[in-house]
This record gives sequence, C-alpha cells and structure tokens, in this order.
Amino acid sequence: METTNPIPALDYETVIGLEVHAQLRTRSKMYCSCSSDYANAPPNTHVCPVCLGMPGVLPNINRQAVEYAMMTAQALNCSISQYTKFDRKNYPYPDLMKGYQISQYDQPVGLGGWLNIEVNQKIKRIGITRVHQEEDVAKLLHRDEGGMAYSLVDVNRSGVPLMEIVSEPDMRSAEEARAYLVKLHSILRYLGVSTANMEEGSFRCDANISIRPRGTDKLLAKVEVKNMNSFRAVFRALEYEGERQRKVLSQGGRLAQETRGWVEPEGKTVSQRSKEFAHDYRYFPEPDLPPITPSSAWVENVRAMLPELPEARFNRFVSQFGLPVYDANLLTENRETAEYYELLVSSDPEVSPKEISNWLVGAAAGILNTSGCDIIDFGRRVNPQNFTALVKLVSKAVINSGTGKVVLEEMFDSGKTAQTIINEKGLGQISDTSELETAAFEVIRDNPQAVADFKAGKAQAVKFMVGQLMRLSKGRANPNMASEIITRKLGEL
Amino acid sequence: MKLSREEVLHIAALAKLGMTEDDIHHFGGQLSNILENFEVLKGVDTEGIQPTAQANSVCNVMRDDVIAPSLSQEEVLANAPKRDGEFFRIRPVME
Repeated sequence: METTNPIPALDYETVIGLEVHAQLRTRSKMYCSCSSDYANAPPNTHVCPVCLGMPGVLPNINRQAVEYAMMTAQALNCSISQYTKFDRKNYPYPDLMKGYQISQYDQPVGLGGWLNIEVNQKIKRIGITRVHQEEDVAKLLHRDEGGMAYSLVDVNRSGVPLMEIVSEPDMRSAEEARAYLVKLHSILRYLGVSTANMEEGSFRCDANISIRPRGTDKLLAKVEVKNMNSFRAVFRALEYEGERQRKVLSQGGRLAQETRGWVEPEGKTVSQRSKEFAHDYRYFPEPDLPPITPSSAWVENVRAMLPELPEARFNRFVSQFGLPVYDANLLTENRETAEYYELLVSSDPEVSPKEISNWLVGAAAGILNTSGCDIIDFGRRVNPQNFTALVKLVSKAVINSGTGKVVLEEMFDSGKTAQTIINEKGLGQISDTSELETAAFEVIRDNPQAVADFKAGKAQAVKFMVGQLMRLSKGRANPNMASEIITRKLGEL
Repeated sequence: MKLSREEVLHIAALAKLGMTEDDIHHFGGQLSNILENFEVLKGVDTEGIQPTAQANSVCNVMRDDVIAPSLSQEEVLANAPKRDGEFFRIRPVME
C-alpha cells in the first residue's frame, strides 16, 4: 500500500506584500477645489459637480498632492517618472459617483524603491514596487429599519487625494509586515504628507499573503486580507492567516485565491464571497487630465524639501549625542518627539543629552501615558528651557530624582518653572551641613539598637539610619551627604 | 470579429445595463462592427512608435491647493433619485 507523505507544516514559508493607502494632507481635493476636510463637515457639504460626476465637468489636478506623492516616492528611494499619467479604473459601486476612480495604471509617479526594516536586530530591505496617485471614495452608511436594509451616501470624502504605496512581496512573517508598516507610517509622518491615522482611516493597509514550500518560488493561492484597522490588527490577522493556510494544507485541503476580511473581535479572517464578480477594471487613459512631465528642477526642488528621515535621525542621535540604540529608537519614532528632544538638548549645553533622554523617555513618557496628551501638547505646557532647567536641578542635587518627577508633573499641570515649584513647596534638597548634622544626631539618639548593630560590625545599620534620616527630612536630605555624616558621627561615638 | 452572446452580456453587466434579447442582438452587432474596425487598425505597423495616451500635446496643467466654495447641501441633493435627510439614499450595498 502506498503511503502519502505530506510536507510537514514547518516546511512552508509565508510570503507577504502590503498595499497602503494614505490620504494626503492637502487643503482641497485631488481633482477639484472642494475642501478635503471631510471628517468635520455635515454630510454632503464639501461637494461640487466634479465630485458628483456630473456630465461636462472638467477635473483639475492638485499640484500639492502630486508634490506630496513625489516627496514620498523620493523618501522611499523610488525613481520619479519623467512622464506620468492618470487612468480611469472602472467599477460599478455606489461609493464612486462617476462610475470610475481616477487612478494611475501603468505610469505611476514613482517606481522601484525600498525601505529598511529591523527585525531581531537584523536589517532587511523591503522593495517598494510603486507609488501612485488616486482619489478616495464616498462614505456609505448601512441602515436596517425593521428588516428593510438600505444605504446612505455622503460624498464629502469622495475626491480626497490618496496615495497608494505598493510593496514587493518581500516580507516573510507578520512581524516583518508590522515592522514595514511602522516604518512607512513613521516616514509619512516625518514628511508631513499625511495625518496617517490608522484608526481614522487616513492610513489603510491591505495585505497579500500566501505560503510556499520553503526554498521554492512557486506560490500557492494568493489571499488578500482586508479590514485591518491597527498595527496590531495587521500583525494578528497575518499571523492567523499564515497559520490557517498551513492548516488547510496539512489537513489535505486546497487553498482558494480569495479576499478575506479580518474580524477583530473573533480574531480570525473570513472569506468575503460578495465579490464573486471577477475584477475587470477596463483601465484606460483619463482623457480629461493631461499627463505630467516633472522637470528635473521640480524633482530636485522636492528632493531638497525632504526633511531628515527617521533612519538618518536615529544614526545622528547615536553619533552626535552618544545615545544608546534603545533611547535613539524611542526618540526618533516620531518627528515631534525627536524635535522636542533636540530643543531640550540645545537649550542648555551643560546638561548631558543622555540625562535629558532619561527624563523624556521616562518621566515625561509616563505623563503622556496617564494624561493621554501628545508630545506637542506636552511641549506647549512644559517649554524646553524649563524642562532642561529641571533636569539640571536634579543633576546638581538641588532636588532628588523622585522629587523631580513630582515637580515635572506639577510643571505639566501648572506651566510653572521647576524653581518656582521647588520654592513654593519647599522641596529643595537639604545640603546644608548643620541641618543634616542635627538630623543625624536625632537619628542616632533615637535608634540605639542600630547603633549597637553598627558596633557589632553590621554595615547594614548605616543604611538603615540613612533611611531614617531621609524619612525625617521627608525625602529632601541629600543622600550622599547624609550617609557621610552618619558614618562620621558613628565613628566618633 | 463576432462577439459571443456571453461577451455582450458580460460587457452589459460591467456597465450595469439590462438587456433584452433584441438589445443583445442589436448592440452585439454594433460592438462587433467596432471591433472589426480595430482589427483593421491592428494591421498597421507601429513598431518603434510611442503609445498615445492623450490626443493633444498639453502637459502639466495643475492648480494650486486652494479651497473654493462647494455647492450647498440642497443643491447637492437636488437631483437625488431618493433623499434621506442629509444623505443620498440607495439600495442596500454590502461590502
């Protein structure tokens, strides 16, 4: 009898490619002059005949949107096409008033780039296939009234500029996919081209995932996963989907090429069978929009506008400020934090950059977490000079670091300077010798047992008495001086 | 090149058009005619010639990112086949 010998699950590797749609942060829409601020407007108030796809209208390209896409393409190491054009992508769905989306098919703004990700201390380069320009669609709301279902259409979002960034299928795990997304997100935020808010839908991700026997290049059925609304969701969905595909094969099943939606509460992907209709977009060049041939001067101008990107900033933080990798990573994750840190460092060259980093990634981050504020709010309340002054007071031992944290919270709440708070509350560390001498005298007088222990050779007793002195001074005694004085006094007994 | 009945129905479905038997016959014939003309064009040697995406030579027409007033909500919804408050109302669509 013949025995089947299925390939064990371990011998498959996962192959993932990601498509990201990011709304561009322009004031007006992609092809008309309506406001693109769709989220803060009553339904159907940022709408014009172009948005409605009325006959006879003429779309007009938003130069700023093209510039943002060019900027992104360059930041992702793509080459900028010398000739780029727009195409109609036809599909009948009621979120498109025109019956087609103006997108870019075969000659996108940017082609052939890459970005680096770091997973398990290893740098890996992920290819970027293309960056192209398109437009967002209307928002549909689904209602059910006593069993009668219907939908409502708000056209405000239709025509808001979108940029699509397509990666090569270079990722081999959910962790790599997450690292790619985090990196791309950070780059877009640094560039300032998109609000890139995943929860609010200005940064969306679809994934293509398949598995294949390791060492081959033959892909099995490609599955598209949609409806992932956070970095965590992308990670979980792709972990799940890779496992699901292995399981189907190990149980002798067959994988179908399909679209699956991530169902967050259930933690699984489910087949979306509604789109049985094979996609047939019948792309053709958009006759209403002329092509764009970016001049080399324009391309160079845009390149010159690129800010320092996260990776370059990270490297500079390590070399210029001597920061450990851990600190530099946290500080450069978003542009606002990095900029605030640089303001802190430059506000007083006498305070060590590492000390400042400790305070920013430690106490300040704690305040952000509990208050729900972002770093910009924080910076408005605690201006850089005041923050650095606080760090300096701690490093000069005017207050200890525990008191410093309390002072920082108070600074955040009241906007006062550290020195004002210390004066008002009498928080200054006691470095006055005579005050400490008196306190040490009291501690020794009140703790005969500890004194006896000390005489019996127990070094621990000194620590105990310093602790008592700290308590007596409500934590304000300079601990080094306290220890010195107690040791001396005990020696004199 | 004669289009098959299935091809005519597929194209109609993509355009969301309902077709009677007469329509299938009528438009199927017209579409086939158009395609035959393209067959003739296909015979032309286009080796080394750039594809044309635009009939005129205008390039780089763009506008500044400036907001202009939109229509009023009333105007936007004036032609709605069915209206529901501030929205267009349509048949249910499921994602």
